Amino acid sequence: MEKEGKMVTIYVMGKKHRVPAGLTIMKAMEYAGYQLRRGVGCRGGFCGACATLYRVKGSYKLQAALACQKVVEDGMYIVQIPFTPAEKKLYDIEKIRPTPNVFVEHFPEITRCLSCNTCTKACPQDLMVMDYVQAALRGDIEKVVELSFDCIACGLCAIRCPAEIVPYQVAQLARRLYSKYILGLSEEVEKRVAEVEEGKFDEELEQLKRLPPEELRKRYESREIRV
Amino acid sequence: MEEYPGYPEEMWDSLRMVEETRDERIGKTYPRMSEEERERILREWHPDYKEGAKRPLRIGPSKGMMVPHEVADILEAHPLITPDMIDLSEIDYDVDILIIGAGGAGLSAALIASEHIDKEGILLVQKLRLGDSNSKMSQGGIQAALGPDDSPVLHFLDIMGGGHFANNPELVEILVKEAPDVIKWHQSLGVLYDRNPDGSIKLSPGGGTCRRRMLSCKDYTGLEITRVLLDEFLNREIPYLEFTCAVELLTDESGQVVGSVLYDLDSDEYLIARAKSTILATGGYGRLHIQGFETTNHYGATGDGIVLAYHVGAELRDLDATQYHPTGAAWPEQIVGQLCTEKLRGRGAQPVNRLGELFVNPLEPRDVEAAAIIRECYGRELGVTTPTGMRGVWLDTPLIDIINGEGTIEREFAAMYRTFKRFDIDIRKEPILVFPTLHYQNGGVVINARCETTVPGLYAAGEVSGGVHGKNRLMGNSQLELYVFGRRAGRFAAERAKRVNVGKPTLKHVERYERWLREAGIETDRRAPILLPEYRGKKTLEHHIRLL
Ligand SMILES: Cc1cc2nc3c(=O)[nH]c(=O)nc-3n(C[C@H](O)[C@H](O)[C@H](O)COP(=O)(O)OP(=O)(O)OC[C@H]3O[C@@H](n4cnc5c(N)ncnc54)[C@H](O)[C@@H]3O)c2cc1C
Ligand code: FES
Repeated sequence: MEKEGKMVTIYVMGKKHRVPAGLTIMKAMEYAGYQLRRGVGCRGGFCGACATLYRVKGSYKLQAALACQKVVEDGMYIVQIPFTPAEKKLYDIEKIRPTPNVFVEHFPEITRCLSCNTCTKACPQDLMVMDYVQAALRGDIEKVVELSFDCIACGLCAIRCPAEIVPYQVAQLARRLYSKYILGLSEEVEKRVAEVEEGKFDEELEQLKRLPPEELRKRYESREIRV
Repeated sequence: MEEYPGYPEEMWDSLRMVEETRDERIGKTYPRMSEEERERILREWHPDYKEGAKRPLRIGPSKGMMVPHEVADILEAHPLITPDMIDLSEIDYDVDILIIGAGGAGLSAALIASEHIDKEGILLVQKLRLGDSNSKMSQGGIQAALGPDDSPVLHFLDIMGGGHFANNPELVEILVKEAPDVIKWHQSLGVLYDRNPDGSIKLSPGGGTCRRRMLSCKDYTGLEITRVLLDEFLNREIPYLEFTCAVELLTDESGQVVGSVLYDLDSDEYLIARAKSTILATGGYGRLHIQGFETTNHYGATGDGIVLAYHVGAELRDLDATQYHPTGAAWPEQIVGQLCTEKLRGRGAQPVNRLGELFVNPLEPRDVEAAAIIRECYGRELGVTTPTGMRGVWLDTPLIDIINGEGTIEREFAAMYRTFKRFDIDIRKEPILVFPTLHYQNGGVVINARCETTVPGLYAAGEVSGGVHGKNRLMGNSQLELYVFGRRAGRFAAERAKRVNVGKPTLKHVERYERWLREAGIETDRRAPILLPEYRGKKTLEHHIRLL
């Protein structure tokens, strides 16, 4: 626990500010007077808009974090990287297929992966990024899906990669292909869609819509709960 | 070794009691309340019923509707721009469809519209980055009646009952009937829903549902759906502008909506976008911090949509009812207000008080569950107080692994697990402290089955609209609504765009709004929409004092 009223010094793009200890980088910047327009989204670790690089005084290490999740440290030099100038590879999901070569074809730069693990170290979600890039190289789509599912596409891996790979785009393609072609449509979904189309529920719904409020309430209260 | 490194020592006694009572509680559930009990607890403890928290609107087509002060404040404010500030003679974008907001509703509208008209006729504008929205944050799931013992009819009943029968039944019928098709659409785009070992879709219960009906993508449901829609949106190269807000709609001499004045957040310039159909998909108002509550919502959730719509004379509904999610984080301080998904309760986590006692069924409708937690803290004084004076009750998460097997939490609640771990709390072993948090705008702009508002040319879909959920939304039905009505908005807006002509854009409605304000004797220097919440200066200072 921080002591009452403890303050720390941070440097936002080199400018010095005294801010209360215990704040997240995002709240500390606001405290220091920044009205955020870029570099802020969900404020809850879900959107990846607040990608941030920092270094702590006395250390040479460049570290990566989400500004909305990381608590400020004394002597932190901060810069937000709210945008990644990565190329978006376009594809038609109806035409592309989950072949073993699909990743190398669409993202030939993954063959340049040096296995340096910088991407993994940069990931604020602690994902094994390098491992899934390697899995993509092998064409192991399931592994890519498993390892990348929690990705919020903050872009930090791509910014740090010496081989200019954009891992999160590879992962996005993998997940879509896996769902669409390997798992495929669920039977129960298709069945229910067909039932709705046949009008199976129309009459009952029509009836419910016409019930006087008191009757509807009774139906609601007497419905059987089976969870 | 500290026993509970993520919690201050004064909470340890209570944490021990929760641990000690855990075994006895396994397999037990607190009985559900009767309808009378529910009504009573809502009246006595739900923030919506608190005296003095609301006032009737003094102007506009929904004059007289009771709304929270914070909502009245932005509706009874001067428009952000005055006609003399803007040159309407030069049109920067002349399009068929203007879509405002890029959450689930806006992206769905754009995708479907692009299947009906030339994509070059579409413009999507987004206040923040593409996809940064409440849609991305949804954890728990999306409802669709897929189970063999479930049906759209039961789904309908649950929604009507959950909404206190104030819903528009036409919209509810559409919602439940189109739900399975939305899931099919998602799967065909490549959304990865959780599956059972036999390959069938995994369905969980949710608050107020009579069947297992909740589909999920771990606890990143909204993230998974949104990123797929977004990827598809980018692949189709539909035109868009980021960091650009709608600040005032445009109307022509016939009174129909014909686009919007846009504001570029980077350059502070305005732009004029004229459109044959305009779709509002701006989401909700959590960042208004109704009654001072913390919120689960994203940064851009400032209620802009209801303001824009009201300026042009569109009717609003059910804005008297605000949804407080029963379980927002009450500790650690850095994440106070953030969502602890309802699915935690769906999978067995029990709410317990300071003494480790059960006090409410974990799956009451949201408003009832929230009221019960508030009563436990402030009525029965059986909550836990944090060093900053906030109160909360425990949500006993370790039960999830005990009931469903070790590894369940890490597998199904990766986001929750990760969030708390960052602050030294292991939710597999320790409970979390929760208190209701401002979550959802139940009401909004009135729409019909075609997503038309009461003003021609203006469509609305998603959280900004009202009617689907009545006075209270059940978990999983909002996500569903985005795609059901977002798709409809895209389709019907495209149809309209093919048949109408639009005139010269004007800001006549702004003059009228100013007149309404004057005539009602409203004197204020407030202006709206507010676009971004203000967390600098006084507010951040308050935060400082509260935090340390
Ligand atoms: C933390 C959290 C968890 C949730 N969990 C669930 C769940 O499990 N199940 C469920 O069903 N529902 C859930 N919900 C509710 C649901 O996710 C939202 O209601 C829904 O996503 C709203 O979608 P939308 O497209 O209407 O708005 P949003 O997704 O909020 O998108 C609106 C977009 O419009 C933009 N915008 C706003 N104003 C302007 C303007 N003036 N100009 C331009 N752009 C503008 C915003 O920046 C935003 O990007 C949750 C909500 C939150 C916050
Ligand atoms: S603001 Fe969304 S992850 Fe930080």
